[in-house]
Amino acid sequence: MSKVRKQTWRFDQPIYLGATGTVVGPLEARGPLSASFDKCYEHLHCGQKSWTEAERALLRRSISFCLAKAGKAEGDIDLFLAGDLMDQTVTSNFIARENRIPFLGMFGACSSSMETLATGAMLVDSGFADNVLCAVSSHNATAERQFRYPTEYGGPTKLTQTFTVTGAGAALLTKEPGKVKVKEATIGRVIDWGINDAANLGTAMAPAAADTIWTHFQDTGRTPDDYDLVVTGDLSGVGSPILDEILLEKGLDISSIHQDCGTMIYTSDQPVSAGGSGCACSAVVTYGYLFNRLAEGSLKRVLVVATGALLNSSTPKEKDTIPCIAHAVLLESAKEG
Amino acid sequence: MLNDPKNYKENVKAYQPKVPYFMNCFKAFLVGGLISLIGQGVQTFYMHVFHFSKQTAGNPTVATLILASALLTGFGIYDKIANFAGAGTIVPVTGFANSITSSALEHKNEGVVLGIATNLFQLAGEVIVFGVVSAAVLGIVRLFIEHLF
Repeated sequence: MSKVRKQTWRFDQPIYLGATGTVVGPLEARGPLSASFDKCYEHLHCGQKSWTEAERALLRRSISFCLAKAGKAEGDIDLFLAGDLMDQTVTSNFIARENRIPFLGMFGACSSSMETLATGAMLVDSGFADNVLCAVSSHNATAERQFRYPTEYGGPTKLTQTFTVTGAGAALLTKEPGKVKVKEATIGRVIDWGINDAANLGTAMAPAAADTIWTHFQDTGRTPDDYDLVVTGDLSGVGSPILDEILLEKGLDISSIHQDCGTMIYTSDQPVSAGGSGCACSAVVTYGYLFNRLAEGSLKRVLVVATGALLNSSTPKEKDTIPCIAHAVLLESAKEG
Repeated sequence: MLNDPKNYKENVKAYQPKVPYFMNCFKAFLVGGLISLIGQGVQTFYMHVFHFSKQTAGNPTVATLILASALLTGFGIYDKIANFAGAGTIVPVTGFANSITSSALEHKNEGVVLGIATNLFQLAGEVIVFGVVSAAVLGIVRLFIEHLF
């Protein structure tokens, strides 16, 4: 492994996304990417009694899909890296209690998907682990309850507000040859440009995404032409044009190759305000749709930039602004030609 | 110019979706008015069928609206109406009932005492606090005015 300038890691050995597992809830199931998910639950309760149980069911199921496809048992995995949005990341902790794989809980809010993947790849590359399982989850009702209002509370939704994706995504990192390679990771800095509206996280997170993407291009010396896609996590319909504009002002035009998981996962007529968000948003789109496209070779090189707003439900009320972060992972198709 | 961290909050306003204030007001007027109309109907019903006076019909009318709102909340319908209506469903007594019922539903897994009872007024508490405080302040003001003139 080598460090490229200050923030980018280049994995010298081939590291593969051996297999992935994705499960989603009912609204995502009616979105345009539903065919790329392993399982779509008909109901938000996912067959469980409570929302917290439902989120755990999602994470548990995504992991079992991932391991089954990789032909591995829990005992074959050296490390489990996971994160979610709940206080003290309890969803991940409680799943780690069941699977008994050595566990590192991680929190980067909605950037946890790429935070776990980047860290996992680094651990595999450095030889500290052979097989690393990375997984994240989010559930609309648990997030609503923790960050906003009770699920059945009737209040108007702001146009800038995002809708937490119900789902979970798991990925296995291994040196055994597979169809998708993990090549590089750019670790983001915490950026805060003074937005304090928790109902406008796209605007708050766009500068963090811009900082990481700008750094990635500076570190690697590549141009947007070298990429098929630059995919952000959950900037939504509001934050995405802001990101494009910030980078364009600096002389980097990614607008033609930039897409956002939050707008990819739903159709424009679904009731999600500005688009999807949550740990699962970038995870299910990356491990489902993008993984499939990379595996078949219709996409060659994709930079996934997962964005996270590092607030809790109290900090906006305390009039503090929102610190944000973005981590980027470079995925490449292993298919020749 | 967005690449200016100090003035970002100001400059980014040009990139924000326009809030349809007029449409929001219109929807709130329509649904809020409709709820009031239903309330009036219920009151008239109690006056004519159960022979309440105009004053005493108030209590059963409010209770009926609260029950209806709580049931709609439980069936998962109220939040959908509210998402359309905005202030139209928050301001009437139905909004108050919804805030209490939804909090109770949300915390029922944590038990009757520590879950439901503790969190019941999680959202409605502010309405009660400001209602009581402003009533007390206005009462004192009225007392002064009556004594002065």
